[in-house]
Amino acid sequence: MGFVSVKYFGMIAEKTGKEIEQISFEEVGNHLTDLKTYCEKSYPGMGDIKYQIAINKCLGSKEVLQEGDEVAFLPPFAGG
Amino acid sequence: MFSPEEIKRYQRQTTLDQVGASGQELLSEAHILMVGIGGLGCPASQYLVAAGIGKLTLVDHDEVSESNLHRQILFNLQDIGQSKVSVAAQKLRALNPHVQIQTINRPFTKENALELVREADLVIDGTDNLPTKYLINDACILEDKPMVFASVYKFQGQLSVFNYQGGPSYRCLFPDEDDTPDTCEEVGVLGVVPGLLGVQQAIEAMKIILKLGDVLSGKLKLIDTLTGEDQIIEFERNEEVIENVKLAGLKENLSYCKIDRDDIYLDVRETFEQPRIDSGQVIEIPLRELINRHAEVPRQGKVVVCCQSGIRSRQAIAFLSNEYGYTNLVDLPGGVKELM
Repeated sequence: MGFVSVKYFGMIAEKTGKEIEQISFEEVGNHLTDLKTYCEKSYPGMGDIKYQIAINKCLGSKEVLQEGDEVAFLPPFAGG
Repeated sequence: MFSPEEIKRYQRQTTLDQVGASGQELLSEAHILMVGIGGLGCPASQYLVAAGIGKLTLVDHDEVSESNLHRQILFNLQDIGQSKVSVAAQKLRALNPHVQIQTINRPFTKENALELVREADLVIDGTDNLPTKYLINDACILEDKPMVFASVYKFQGQLSVFNYQGGPSYRCLFPDEDDTPDTCEEVGVLGVVPGLLGVQQAIEAMKIILKLGDVLSGKLKLIDTLTGEDQIIEFERNEEVIENVKLAGLKENLSYCKIDRDDIYLDVRETFEQPRIDSGQVIEIPLRELINRHAEVPRQGKVVVCCQSGIRSRQAIAFLSNEYGYTNLVDLPGGVKELM
């Protein structure tokens, strides 16, 4: 079974309590929507934050995840 | 033509082959609009003025407060209570009298955005709230000007250049504009983090003016000062989103939701309503009494008007501005819970 590495930024990392983790396809399925559902269920409050997802440092690049993909959850920052 | 004093002043940068006298000429012809002179705007302005840009327009309606000083490094203790743009202009003129500094001591709004953006060559986003970031972005789309964007969250930062030579915009990156601003709670920030981002905004602005290197267009730079890791995320222009801005025009950004413990609060709720505001200077006048007690509301300094859910505060602002010409009132759209 494959793993994806997931990175959380800004407020999202506060909801997850971590900035990075490995998640296996076995647990969540290999579609991006599965991963989103899994994360939002696992981390209360995460679903209330708007975010974008980048895969392998590219925004909205694909739907089906592969072994070794790097998925980043990016919320907008507003401070200055 | 540069004076002998200017030639000496800029010598260390004109010595660079990539700048030279012609680059200095380009800088001296550039007009930059700085929206917000805070944690990002202070360092960005200092470096741009020191480098000898032609003109800098500063827009900010805020006054210097004590809690600004840890990150807004143009200001000192004596400046507290004074207009940020006036103090900044005075210090920047002392730094480089060859730069023309224009001050606009008003908020950046739907009403003045297009005119201000039109007159400048590029815009630096030094704001701390999403509605104004979207407003700058949209005005830059409509006037075809680049926007040098930065934002911070605690120890992290985001940096990008939008609308540069047909490149993507902020809405191509974050299309979902939420009506609920998310900066109302007082989020902590280490002062040097916006400083770092502001300096990088100055570099991107200079690259655009000098036509140097690769401008950060279509790329979001994510900076994490705790891990020391930077990442670049690529994103593309979304024509549909840009066309929508061109069709719909500008939207209101009225919710200035910067909460500062040094501000004055006007609480228009009934005195039994909980929770009460327990910090800062609070004036309590229930909405129904405002008609008789309006004179108690200060006309100077920022006054944040609040109620339980944001409805009465909006009515109070409309009443005081329309009937008595108040211009210093700021709404707390989500009610007092945003302060808790």
